[in-house]
Amino acid sequence: MTVTDQADNCFSKKEILSILSTVKDPEIPVISIQDLGILQNVDVSGQTVRVDIIPTYSGCPAMHTIKTDIKQALGQHGVVDMEVRLLDQPIWTTDMISPKGRAAMQAYGIAPPLSINEKKISCPQCDSTHTTCISEFGSTACKALYRCESCLEPFDYFKCHA
Amino acid sequence: MTNSIDNKALYAYLLRLADSSLTMGQRLAEWCGHGPYLEEDVALTNVSLDMIGHANIFYQMAAELSDEAQTADELAFLRDAHQYRNPIITELPKGDFAFTMMKQYFMDTFNFFLYEGLSQSSHEPLALAAQKALMEVKYHLKRSETWLERLSLSTEEASKRIQKALDDLWFYTPELFETDATMNKLFQQGVIGDYGELKKKWDSHVQAHMNHCELNLPETGWVATGGLEGEHSEHLGYMLAEMQFLQRAYPNSQW
Repeated sequence: MTVTDQADNCFSKKEILSILSTVKDPEIPVISIQDLGILQNVDVSGQTVRVDIIPTYSGCPAMHTIKTDIKQALGQHGVVDMEVRLLDQPIWTTDMISPKGRAAMQAYGIAPPLSINEKKISCPQCDSTHTTCISEFGSTACKALYRCESCLEPFDYFKCHA
Repeated sequence: MTNSIDNKALYAYLLRLADSSLTMGQRLAEWCGHGPYLEEDVALTNVSLDMIGHANIFYQMAAELSDEAQTADELAFLRDAHQYRNPIITELPKGDFAFTMMKQYFMDTFNFFLYEGLSQSSHEPLALAAQKALMEVKYHLKRSETWLERLSLSTEEASKRIQKALDDLWFYTPELFETDATMNKLFQQGVIGDYGELKKKWDSHVQAHMNHCELNLPETGWVATGGLEGEHSEHLGYMLAEMQFLQRAYPNSQW
């Protein structure tokens, strides 16, 4: 990277990663694509930036938006030559969500993923485990809809995907 | 290993997978705005989205193997009914909620064991796609299994309807396990699993759940066949006419 650092308009990998940390999941706007675990590689070569991402769900309609958002964020910071690739491996699992991402989810009112047969999903509002699954599929395919029987608030649970 | 795989056979098989997922996804999408209640409406269309996602992956893989420089969209939107290779069950009109859930249960169970097998495929892209799809299908199956239980063990009306759905759909299921010469070739090359084994697993899983739900399997009926050779029911043509309209009326148009 020493050569590229000298030219104008050249970016370090660190700078690119910092720009990318502003790109959020369009459906959970408090979690960055890095914390969600879908950002796989960033390659900076001269003025060219290549970003590799992986899809969460096979049919996730947000992937297209995420690709556009990445290009837009990089473009705003002066990156001209860029490529965003959608890889088919590694296969994304909810284990790839960072602790920071899980905390952001919880604070946003979405219960973070546990295991597939987990019965005790706790309410992100009041922490009660006295909750009921209303539907296995919530506002998006990656979430289930729950209701807290203690504080009576409905909430989304980010399903375990592993 | 990849070089020895028969591309023509694989192309045909990928179309069977893709066509099955797409027709199922399209039928589920017809529920949008018609679900019995809001959450269920959302669930039906979420499953639909997964199915269309799977179809897209398989069409892309097929398009890469094609000699004619086809795209995934062309395979979905520009082939006519006789070129579709899905089993007839996936093209049947959505019917009532019980009919949709029974069909879904049969297909979810089938897909679960199918993708479990394909996860071991010697063709790596197919193995990866199957591993990914399997994670999603687990949730589909969990949901349809629970709905069958809920409907069959609840009110008289619900159990009558779910039993009728079973009677109407049961003899469409043997077609799921049909194989042809090209599939046998793929089996020998380790690309796909043994459909005989798949049927055994499916049968025992379904039988057990039907017993649990106190549902009775019908004894005799007309057994559906033909999808693998492109012989379909009249329903597929109507479905494709609607689904493909835009692309046929305005060729190459994009979102």
